Amino acid sequence: MSADIGLTPNVEITAEARPGAGFVLKAWAWIWPKALAILLVLSVWQVVVWSGWRPTYVLPSPAETLQTLWQMLGTERFWSALQTTLLRAVMGFALALVIGTAIGVLVARITPLRLAVGSLITGLQTMPSIAWFPFAILLFGLNEQAILFVVVLGAAPSIANGVISGIDNIPPSFMRLGHVLGAGTVSLYRNIALPAAMPGYVAGLTQGWAFAWRSLMAGELLVIIAEKPSLGASLEFARQFSKAPLLLATMLVILILGMLVDGLFSSFARRMRGRRGLTVT
Amino acid sequence: MSQSVLTNDGIHVTQPPDDTTSILRIRNVSKVFGHGSDATVALQDVSLDVAAGEFLSIVGASGCGKSTLLNIIAGLDEPTSGTIDVDVNVAFMFQEATLLPWLTAQQNVELALKLRGMAKRARRDRAAELLETVRLAGWGDKRPHELSGGMRQRVALARCLAQDARIVLMDEPLGALDAMTRDHLHDEIEGLTESQGLTVIFVTHNMREAIRLGDRVVLMGSLPGRIVYEEDIPLTHPRVMDSPDVATRAASLTARLKGQGHTHVG
Ligand SMILES: Nc1ncnc2c1ncn2[C@@H]1O[C@H](COP(=O)(O)OP(=O)(O)O)[C@@H](O)[C@H]1O
Ligand SMILES: [Mg+2]
Repeated sequence: MSADIGLTPNVEITAEARPGAGFVLKAWAWIWPKALAILLVLSVWQVVVWSGWRPTYVLPSPAETLQTLWQMLGTERFWSALQTTLLRAVMGFALALVIGTAIGVLVARITPLRLAVGSLITGLQTMPSIAWFPFAILLFGLNEQAILFVVVLGAAPSIANGVISGIDNIPPSFMRLGHVLGAGTVSLYRNIALPAAMPGYVAGLTQGWAFAWRSLMAGELLVIIAEKPSLGASLEFARQFSKAPLLLATMLVILILGMLVDGLFSSFARRMRGRRGLTVT
Repeated sequence: MSQSVLTNDGIHVTQPPDDTTSILRIRNVSKVFGHGSDATVALQDVSLDVAAGEFLSIVGASGCGKSTLLNIIAGLDEPTSGTIDVDVNVAFMFQEATLLPWLTAQQNVELALKLRGMAKRARRDRAAELLETVRLAGWGDKRPHELSGGMRQRVALARCLAQDARIVLMDEPLGALDAMTRDHLHDEIEGLTESQGLTVIFVTHNMREAIRLGDRVVLMGSLPGRIVYEEDIPLTHPRVMDSPDVATRAASLTARLKGQGHTHVG
């Protein structure tokens, strides 16, 4: 993933990372709301199954689904599908990162470009990425490029907007300080503008990731490439063969993956904001 | 030996002789923001000489162009007309401490040294030393939001000293502090700038503060921003802001500033 933009733990992690009684308490405080949420969802699900609202071959019980999930984790096909999907996510997000950042910087710095392109970026952001697929398939055919194209289109506008709002929100006083301290253009950017713009940028990356993940799942449902299992293709496959437990198990994997990566982004953002004394939300 | 000069407002302004001891010479500086009917004359024909080692206070109502003047001296802004003649480095202390929130107190001070090209090891030692000078030894690892307002201004003061400038511009640096913290910082600013032989231009809207610190007080009037009066303050140090001496002078200078204000606003 985008580990090199700072998701790796660095020297700035202080007491909270030290193991000990405090760590256990913290881990517990982190775990119990999630455990409770999972318990709640499972019980509601189980109650619905018990009610007999739908036959169990279309709505399997949590126990059966979890059992299928466990079996699925033992198949080579699942890991190959996971690998394909994650690779696409990483590649799509990385490409969106480069393109979105470049566009963001250009639009933020060049006023005519901002007037011309600024609202277009926001417009693109509101466009549901699934609407791009028919066009992408026409352009590229049923292949990787079509998926990548839509993932990038989904994520890049958010990242670009993050860059723009990050740059716009640099307090002018920080730049004045930089000039007073005698910073040249390069060191002004490195030491002041860049770190000052980080909160907006990270918010853009978080949102960009969410869009990339959604676009990717839509793409994998629509663009199924033969001999290339993916999580999205597994969903479609399970539906076609009426394998409800497999369908739900795959959905669980998609949900958990999305939440994990989003959790990484938000914990990074939260720690950064906390260090700066900004309101921790 | 001062000379009296008649400005275009018909006001007598004493000016120090234009000799080689001035470290900063401001000549007929004007600054206009905006154009046409929207134009604001922030500064009109300001001339001022500052002697090396002098502590100069500038007092004026909000919006009279004090910050604009300091910005021009610091090179952050260009005058519309007139000249600034300064051949030494200038440091700036802002109204808000303007510490970078992603750096610790120590790193904030180090940044000033880093941008001067000091090596890593040396700047760590020097920054720690400067924090000690402003009585913040042991607070270097704190982030700005973990410090009180007074401490933050102390860090800013340490960073100011780290710039190794001969002139320090201070733009209402203590305006947001409580009286007790402010009194402490008066002592510190006075002690440090004197022991290091710094020239200070201290901007404030508080007349007593100006008299407490300044060897000379310059009064500025508004609309357009201009110098209306200046006076040497021969009171002995250490001065106390609430002493009768300071209060008496403050009353007379305030009356003078008000009088100026009326003739021009009216
Ligand atoms: N960048 C600017 N653009 C337009 N007007 C400005 C700008 N900076 C200051 N002014 C105007 O110039 C005048 C002097 O401002 P300033 O120097 O900040 O006053 P002070 O510091 O004495 O309160 C004010 O009327 C202010 O509105
Ligand atoms: Mg001001």
